[in-house]
Amino acid sequence: MPEWIKVGTLSDIPRLGARTVDTHQGQVAVFRTNEDEVFALFNKCPHKGGPLSEGIVSGKVVVCPLHNWTIDLVSGEATAPDEGCTRPVAARLVEGEIYLSLPPLPEGEGRGEGELSGHRNHLPLTRPSATLSLKGEGI
Amino acid sequence: MNAVPRQKLVVVGNGMAGMRTVEELLALAPARFEITVFGAEPHPNYNRIMLSSVLAGEKAVDDIVINPRAWYADNGVTLHTGDPVLAIDPAAKTVTAASGLVVPYDRLLLSTGSKLLMPPLPGLDLPGVVAFRDIADVEKMLAAAEAGQRAVVIGGGLLGLEAAWGLRRRGMPVAVVHLMPTLMERQLDVEAGHLLQKDLTERGLHFFTGAQSEEIMGSDRAEGLKLADGREVPADLVVVAIGIRPNVDLAKAAGLEVNRGIVVGDDMRSSDPSIYGVGECVEHRGQVFGLVAPLWEQAKVCASRLAGRDEAHYETPPLSTRLKITGIDVFSAGQLTAVDEGDEELVYRDSARGIYKKLVLREDKVVGAVMYGDVADGAWYFQLMREKADIAALRDRMIFGQAYADTTCKGKGTDVAAMADSTQVCGCNGVSKGAIVAAIKAKGLTSLEEVKAHTKAGSSCGQCSSVVLAILSHTTGEVVEAKAAGLCGCTDLGHDEVRRVILTQQLKTMDAVRTALGWRTADGCVKCRPALNYYLLCAWPGEYVDDGQSRFINERAHANIQKDGTYSVVPRMWGGVTTAAELRAIADVADKFQIPTVKVTGGQRIDLLGVRKDQLPAVWADLNKAGMVSGHAYAKGLRTVKTCVGTEWCRFGTQDSTGLGIKLERLMWGTWTPHKFKLAVSGCPRNCAEATIKDLGVICVEAGYDIVVGGNGGIELRGTDHLVRVAREEEVLEYAGAFLQIYREEARYLERTAPWVERVGMDHVKQRVVEDAAGRRAAFARFIHSQTYVQTDPWAERVRGMEAHEFKSLAEVE
Ligand SMILES: Cc1cc2nc3c(=O)[nH]c(=O)nc-3n(C[C@H](O)[C@H](O)[C@H](O)COP(=O)(O)OP(=O)(O)OC[C@H]3O[C@@H](n4cnc5c(N)ncnc54)[C@H](O)[C@@H]3O)c2cc1C
Ligand code: HEM
Ligand code: SF4
Ligand code: FES
Repeated sequence: MPEWIKVGTLSDIPRLGARTVDTHQGQVAVFRTNEDEVFALFNKCPHKGGPLSEGIVSGKVVVCPLHNWTIDLVSGEATAPDEGCTRPVAARLVEGEIYLSLPPLPEGEGRGEGELSGHRNHLPLTRPSATLSLKGEGI
Repeated sequence: MNAVPRQKLVVVGNGMAGMRTVEELLALAPARFEITVFGAEPHPNYNRIMLSSVLAGEKAVDDIVINPRAWYADNGVTLHTGDPVLAIDPAAKTVTAASGLVVPYDRLLLSTGSKLLMPPLPGLDLPGVVAFRDIADVEKMLAAAEAGQRAVVIGGGLLGLEAAWGLRRRGMPVAVVHLMPTLMERQLDVEAGHLLQKDLTERGLHFFTGAQSEEIMGSDRAEGLKLADGREVPADLVVVAIGIRPNVDLAKAAGLEVNRGIVVGDDMRSSDPSIYGVGECVEHRGQVFGLVAPLWEQAKVCASRLAGRDEAHYETPPLSTRLKITGIDVFSAGQLTAVDEGDEELVYRDSARGIYKKLVLREDKVVGAVMYGDVADGAWYFQLMREKADIAALRDRMIFGQAYADTTCKGKGTDVAAMADSTQVCGCNGVSKGAIVAAIKAKGLTSLEEVKAHTKAGSSCGQCSSVVLAILSHTTGEVVEAKAAGLCGCTDLGHDEVRRVILTQQLKTMDAVRTALGWRTADGCVKCRPALNYYLLCAWPGEYVDDGQSRFINERAHANIQKDGTYSVVPRMWGGVTTAAELRAIADVADKFQIPTVKVTGGQRIDLLGVRKDQLPAVWADLNKAGMVSGHAYAKGLRTVKTCVGTEWCRFGTQDSTGLGIKLERLMWGTWTPHKFKLAVSGCPRNCAEATIKDLGVICVEAGYDIVVGGNGGIELRGTDHLVRVAREEEVLEYAGAFLQIYREEARYLERTAPWVERVGMDHVKQRVVEDAAGRRAAFARFIHSQTYVQTDPWAERVRGMEAHEFKSLAEVE
C-alpha cells in the first residue's frame, strides 16, 4: 500500500519551476507545469547526474542544466536521441497540497545516492505511436 | 553621341507584374527603351502579397517595398506615382494621365491588375466599408483596429481569411460571412475546409457559413451586416473580399479585344501589336489570373518579346495555393476531389493532431493534393504532379510523405537530401532546389536573407522559407542551421521577425508573443523562452517583468552551476582592481564556508568554487558587507573589464587605462545582452590587457583612444576590427555604450559580437555607431535609460529574501 507524504503546497513551487525534497532514497525534484500539474523525479539526470530541479521546464519536460538532455516529467525517460531514465516518484495534488509516494526500495539497492548509473537499463524507449509522426511537433 | 534614338516604352500600372517585366527587360536589354511608368497609387512598387502580413503586424509598409524610388532613378526609369492613366489613343500612340500629361509610346505595357468584385448590396458606399487590395485599404483597416472597433469580413476565401486574421491579430472582434458551406472551397475540399474553420474558430474568429449577405446597415456609416435569413452582425468595419475581376476599363475604351480580361496571345501581345499586357488584367487562352506565380512567367516572356526575341511563349504552369496565416498550414494544388471513376483518392487523417492529407490520382499520376496541418510534403507532391510522374511504385506509402515513400527512409520532415534538383521549392518565383544549391555554393551564402536576395526564393509569400533553410543547412553543413534557423520548433519564424513584431505590435508579455505569432506550444520551450525573455527585456526596459523560470539556472541563481551541482561565486572587482580589505573578506568567506577552491579567473578577479546552493545567500551577505557585488560571471550580460595599470604606474602608459576601465564597468554593469560581453582597456599598443580579443576593447594611444570591436578568444579566435579613434574619455563611453546598445537590439539571442559583426558587416556597425552621430547619441540614451532599471545588485536583493524558494529545499522526509 503506497504511503502518501505531504511535502508542501502548490504555491510553494513557481509555475514552470521545481523544488527539491530530501528523502532517504536521495533528493527528489518536484515540478509544477504551466497547467498546475505536479510531477516528481529523482533529482539525478540519467546522463551524468545533473540536478534536474535546476532545469528549464516546458510542457511536460525538463531540460537538464548540465548538458541539455530533455527528460520527460511523466516517465523520467530521456527523449531521443538520448537514452536513459531517472525514476519517477508518484506525486499527487489534493486541494492544493502536494503528496509524494516514494517507491519501495528496489531489490539489491541500498540507501543512498550511488545508484544512478543503474538506470540506463530502463530501455527501450521508442514508442510505437511515434512512427507515423512526420513533423514531430504537431501544429 | 548620336546612336539610334531609344524607343519609348510606357507602362501603365506600377504593380507586381508590370515592374517584374521592367526588371526582366532591364536585365535583357538595358539600353533599348526609354521607360516611363504610371502608377495610380502614391507608392513605389511593393509586394502586394505581403499586405496580409502588414495588416497582421508582422511587417511594416517599408519592409514590403520591392523597388524603392532610387531604383527607378538608378535605372533611368521615369516614375509618375499617384497619377493614373485615363486614356489611350492607339492611333496617335499616346497615353493621357489624370495630371494632364500626354506621353507618346512606341510600345505600351498594360499591367493594371484587378478590381475587387463588389456584391450588389445596399450600403456599399457607406464610410466604414473597405476592400482589401492596396496600402490605402490596409491603412483604413488599421485605423479601425486602433479605434477598437468590430469588423465583419464578407468572403471566406484566401483574401477574406487573411484580412480577418490580420484584424483579429490587431485585437478586433471579427466575424466572417461566407456564401458557401465551407471555407476556401475553391482551394480546399470539404474536410480540410472544416478543419480550417475549427482552427480559426479556436483562434477567435466567428463564422457565418452558407450565409447570404443582404444589406450593409447604417445611415451615416456602416453599423453592421444584415443576412438574408434576417440575422444581423454588428460591425463598424465591413471588409469586402469576395473576389476580383480584371481591370480592363482602359483597354476596353481604347478598343482592344477584351473578354473577361485583356485578351493576349502566347507572346503577351494584345489585339494591338504595339500594346502588351501582363498580370491580373489579362486573359490568356480563356484563363484569368489571381496568383503571382504565373505572372512571373508572363513577365519573363513579355520582357523577352519587348527585347526583340521571338522565341519566348507563355504557357500557364500548374498552380498551387497556400494560406498565409501564421501557424496554419494549408496547401492545395490541382484537382480537389475525385470527379469520376477513373480518379482515386488517398487520404490520411490524424484528427488528434489536426492533420489531413489527400491525394487525387488518375492513371497512376498525381492530379491533385489537399493538405492541412502538415504541408511539409506539398512541394514533393506538386513536383510529382507537374512532372506527371508515374507513382505506381510509391503509391502504398506516398501519403506518409517523401521520407516514408522513399525506401531508404531518411527520417522526418522534408528530406532535402532526397529532393531532386529540379524540384520547385519556391512556387511564387519558380526557383528550383538546384538553383538554390548552386547559388549557395557559388556565392558562399550562409543565411536565409542572403538566399532570398540572391535567388528570390522565399521573397514573395515566404511560405517556403523553412524548406529553403533546410536546403541551406544541408548544403553548407550543420553550422549554419543554428545561426540561420528559426527560433525553435515552436515557431517557423526567425529571431529577427519575432523581434520586429514585438516592437510593431507592442507585445509586452511572452504569452502575448506566443498568441500573436501562433506558437505551436502553450508555454514555449527551452530554446525560445530565454530568447523571448531577453527580447522583451531589451524592448521594454522597466516595463517587462523578467521571468526567472525562463532563464538558465546560472542567471536564475546568480551563480555558475558546476559539474557536481555546486556553484561558483565571483564578486566584481572593478577594472581588476582590489584592496586588502576585499581580499581579507574573501579569505574569511572561504574559511567560514569551507570553500574548497579559490582561483584567479582569466578576467582579473577571484572565483570561489564549490559553494552549495543553500549557502549562496549567506556567502553573498558576507561579501556585500565588504562592499562587493555580483560580478555577473554567470550572465549573458556584461562580464568583466580587464585593464592594465596604464599611466598610473607603467612607464609606457599613455592614458589612465585602469580608470577608464572602471568607468566603463560602472557604466555597463548589470546590463543583459544577447550573449556575454567582455571588455578590456590597455594603456598603450603593447596591449597587456589583451583588448584585441574582446567584444569591445580600448587601446590607449598618445592622441586618444582606439576603440576595437568584435573580438573573441574562445573556440574560434577572432581579432577585433577597428571601429574608431576618439580623443576624449567621454567619447569612449558614448561610442562604447552605443555599440553595446545596438548589439543588444540587433544581434540574435546567443550570438556573440564576433559572429554578429561578421554577419552584419563592419560597414553597417560603423554606419550605426560612427557615421550616424544622431543615431549614436540616441542609442546611447536608450542604453542609459535601460540601465536605470538594472543596476541593483542581484545578490543584495536575494540576501534580503527575494526568490527565497530558489535556495531552500521544499521539505525533508524520512
Ligand atoms: C492581400 C492580398 C494577398 C495576396 N496574397 C497572395 C498570395 O499569397 N499568393 C499569390 O500568389 N498571390 C496573392 N495575391 C495576389 C497578388 O498580389 C496579385 O496576383 C498580383 O499583385 C497581381 O499583380 P498585377 O501586377 O497584375 O496587379 P497589381 O499588383 O495590383 O498592380 C496593378 C497596379 O496598377 C495600378 N493601376 C490600375 N489602373 C491604373 C491606371 N489606369 N493607371 C495607372 N496605374 C493603374 C494599380 O493601382 C496597381 O498599383 C494577394 C493579393 C492581395 C490583395
Ligand atoms: C616592455 C614592455 C612591457 C611591459 C612594461 C609590460 C607590463 C605589463 C604589466 C604591468 C602587466 C600587468 C597589467 C595588469 O594586470 O595591470 C602586463 C600583463 C600582461 N602583458 Fe605585458 N608588458 C610588456 C610587454 C608585453 C608584451 C610584448 C606582451 C605580449 C606579447 C605582453 C603581454 C602581456 C599579457 C598577456 C599580460 C597579462 C598577463 C596575465 O593576465 O596574467 N606584455 N604586462
Ligand atoms: S599596455 Fe602599455 S601601458 Fe598598459 S601595462 Fe602594457 S605597456 Fe604598460
Ligand atoms: S547531466 Fe544531465 S545532461 Fe548531462
